[in-house]
Amino acid sequence: MGEGEFRVRVAETEHVADGIRRLRLVPVGREQLPVFSGGAHTVLTMHDEDRILRNPYSLMGSPFDPTCYQISVLKTADSRGGSIFVHEKLKEGSELSISAPMNLFPIDRRARRHLLIAGGIGITPFMAMMQQLEREEMPFELHYSMRSKSGGAYWNLLSSLHGRKIHTYFDEAQQKIPLTRLLDNQPLGTHLYVCGPSGMIDWVLNEARDAGWPEENLHFERFSAPPVGKPFTIELAKSGRTLEVKPTRSILETIEEAGLNPPFLCRGGACGQCETQVVSCVGAIEHNDHFLTTDEKAAGQKIMICVSRLQTAGGRLILDL
Amino acid sequence: MLTPGIISRPVYGVLQPDPRARHNLLVAEGEGAAAILDLARNAPPDFFSKTTILYCAAGSAGKGYEKQLEDLKSDALWIFPTPATTMFRLKGVLQTAKMGTRLYFTGTEPFMGLALREALEAGIDHKSIYTEHRGSAKRRVQCVHCKGFTENVTTNPATCSHCGLTLLVRDHYSRRLGAFQGVCIDAEVPGEAPAPEEVFK
Repeated sequence: MGEGEFRVRVAETEHVADGIRRLRLVPVGREQLPVFSGGAHTVLTMHDEDRILRNPYSLMGSPFDPTCYQISVLKTADSRGGSIFVHEKLKEGSELSISAPMNLFPIDRRARRHLLIAGGIGITPFMAMMQQLEREEMPFELHYSMRSKSGGAYWNLLSSLHGRKIHTYFDEAQQKIPLTRLLDNQPLGTHLYVCGPSGMIDWVLNEARDAGWPEENLHFERFSAPPVGKPFTIELAKSGRTLEVKPTRSILETIEEAGLNPPFLCRGGACGQCETQVVSCVGAIEHNDHFLTTDEKAAGQKIMICVSRLQTAGGRLILDL
Repeated sequence: MLTPGIISRPVYGVLQPDPRARHNLLVAEGEGAAAILDLARNAPPDFFSKTTILYCAAGSAGKGYEKQLEDLKSDALWIFPTPATTMFRLKGVLQTAKMGTRLYFTGTEPFMGLALREALEAGIDHKSIYTEHRGSAKRRVQCVHCKGFTENVTTNPATCSHCGLTLLVRDHYSRRLGAFQGVCIDAEVPGEAPAPEEVFK
């Protein structure tokens, strides 16, 4: 357990909607957890038999309650095991390590108004944000799209907490966020925040840009899970190690399992902390991050080792580590 | 005398039409009118039909830019006698403007600085505003000692119009104040200062 990590105990679990489980985590050996700001996430470290999984989850509880953190996890079919572990192996009383909270999706306090757009489990960062916006009396509205009433989390609770600021849309009732109308009728100085499935984030950002919204007013959070891929070999130039990356492991996980601790923050290809120089490469790099620019990806001299890997089975990647 | 590499020194560009803007708000002073006329040369045909222009002739009074701006047939053109009256209207326009409105500021640095202050108060990030410097390089300077503002500073060093100190005008700029920082240049030996040079013509 490194610096900036905390032991927590699962104090409560709740099935909140189809495939969505909420956990309340309380500190072990200390009174309070660090304060966080709306939009922050933490990285859970999960020991699943022979492997260690580390996944980022948005903090959805109140930023003003330091006695616990709350997260909600959607069980995904193509999961590498993180969400299944949270759903099936964690019980009330389980202990685990979490990282200090960090925020890559903060509220822009200069804004005159905040337009929040959520899809499915992407609601979680907004739950903490809205507590903060209410407390600080900043004007906002939330537009929240879900598949179904049974599969959507917290929509009832949010309406009771925030009243008419909450607008819900259900696919099963053929309801859709009226994005064009929303984008055309916001006062100058409004900031937009979107979190949800990748396709939805793209749709919202593209529509906003087409409606003349400047890049500075657009905020999004997009965590990728490291995808399953082909096996390949990595060589660490500085430490002289050669490691085999299995299909279900990321480069970062492989290096950690070998006992090394390269820097990381989000583990979802968003923050840029784990950027690593490529010394040489046999095979094609599959860039899965949202951090490097298109030009940087094409140049192939840097790789985000938390989510990116080699496309080529049996390829060889030499890293400056 | 100016220290290079002070990152708060604003950098201005060249006005370009934003093809995706739903509305354009052009705020210009003096020779900034010429920047708008240049912009008009490569603007799409419908650009000015969705454009509001706020213009203050200031030092370019008598050059007849008003007539040329009128010929652009913008959605609205307002002419103001002073920067202060321009800012008063800008504040009102920003209050009711909607997202999709692109801001363009052009003219002298003190004028653009005043307009930028209004925009910041309205929640607009300075990086999303298009700017072009035209006309005099004069500066608005705040004396770090008495906090008074001196307008139309063209020399370095300059004299504080409030406390009378001789000030080194630095590149250190405040967007919140819309002014450069002026620091006493002869604190050790009062009166022993380099002769003022007209460097901000």
